[in-house]
Amino acid sequence: MSCFLINSSLGKKLVMSITGCFLVLFILFHMSMNIAALFSADAYNAICAFLGANWYALAGTLVLAAGVVVHFVYAVILTLNNYKARGAQRYAVTVQEKGVSWASKNMLVLGFIVLGGLALHLFNFWAKMQLTEIMGQHQNSLGYNPQDGAALIAYTFSQWYYVVLYLVWFAALWFHLTHGVWSMFQTVGWANDTWYPRLKCVANIVATLIFLGFAAVAVIFYLKSVCPCCAGAC
Amino acid sequence: MNFTLKIWRQKDAKSKGAFETYKVENISADTSFLEMLDILNNDLVHAGKEPVAFDHDCREGICGMCSLHIDGRAHGPGDGATTCQIYMRKFKDGATITIEPWRSAAFPVIKDLVVNRGAYDQILQAGGFVSVRTNSVPDGNAIPIAKADADESMDAAACVGCGACAATCKNGSAMLFVAARVSSLAKLPQGRVEGARRAKAMVAKMDELGFGNCTNTGACQAECPKQISIAHIARLNREFLSAKFED
Repeated sequence: MSCFLINSSLGKKLVMSITGCFLVLFILFHMSMNIAALFSADAYNAICAFLGANWYALAGTLVLAAGVVVHFVYAVILTLNNYKARGAQRYAVTVQEKGVSWASKNMLVLGFIVLGGLALHLFNFWAKMQLTEIMGQHQNSLGYNPQDGAALIAYTFSQWYYVVLYLVWFAALWFHLTHGVWSMFQTVGWANDTWYPRLKCVANIVATLIFLGFAAVAVIFYLKSVCPCCAGAC
Repeated sequence: MNFTLKIWRQKDAKSKGAFETYKVENISADTSFLEMLDILNNDLVHAGKEPVAFDHDCREGICGMCSLHIDGRAHGPGDGATTCQIYMRKFKDGATITIEPWRSAAFPVIKDLVVNRGAYDQILQAGGFVSVRTNSVPDGNAIPIAKADADESMDAAACVGCGACAATCKNGSAMLFVAARVSSLAKLPQGRVEGARRAKAMVAKMDELGFGNCTNTGACQAECPKQISIAHIARLNREFLSAKFED
């Protein structure tokens, strides 16, 4: 049974679906966690302390990293295979088919943007928080306590270019999820004509919630930095 | 009506092809697309030139023989219709029409607009059938089948195996074809018996022949002349995965 997850087209897609589902659940959790920072720096830092260099947080990080790597590697393998299957000679004239979303045809490109954003995010936050703790340091390269995540958020999003880059990242993630979320149900076979509109609606809601949840933190912290009073900090 | 045709010409599988431009004039609006090509070929033969090779047979939308990628769409403009069911009134007078063969690695060009769709036959041979002992014809109503199941099975069985799904898919995936075959038999008690073996064998053959992986874009159902739904792909996924987990 194990080999069909490597050899068969449908097996490989099952792996994409399951890892994708796992990553969506993690992102929802991460978004909920970030929202805490909007209301209380202490609450957010308590979560950061809980998810520091503890054995369970490290194990979780490793599983998460494995999820990203497997999802990405399988995506590349599947896409290369598809590219070959399409043949060298392409159509001279093409049109956009009815009911086909732009995102569904550009999942790999969107995935690359998401991955680029992830790399930036790891540099901005993970390297200055959990990694600093793992290294046994009590101060990160910016001079903050690695458990003071709220201060790090405030510092990072006080710089407009990071806000823009993160918004681009979240937008790419939104497109990726509008197709990915309903697609994972289709791949495991839990879909039919009655459920397509419902699943696509759920996918749009999940993608939009995730976008708004993440974007709110970046934008509100930026507003707080340029105008402390208008963001309600006065 | 008058048209300018940009047609893919290719001597044989090994030659390099190219577009050639032809003019057809005084075409009635009620001429079918294939009849228009017949008129062109007639002119070419009279002029001592090689006629354009294209696939066709029943010309009533049920055999799955006609193909053609016309102005960027499999089976041309019009939903739920094969190329033979497209009439020239669908085009603007004076239009330039680009006609290409199916483009998919698993469907190599044989000549001009004719491609080899033998890969679909091979997938069918791998499991797209019901094993029965030959005998006298059984009574049609001996096994009661729910109307909803029979309808769904017939919707899937409408597939004519023309290849538009794989030809349209950006991944060159044959999933809609395989799904239609698997689904039409899986919904009937006679086909249920071999369901697991069929799904596994047909998917394995599909992979072996070099078709791509479905990414659920839905382009296949948009261009399918029989408007077969990707819900059948979901059923194929279910059939295949449950068969594999039972192993």
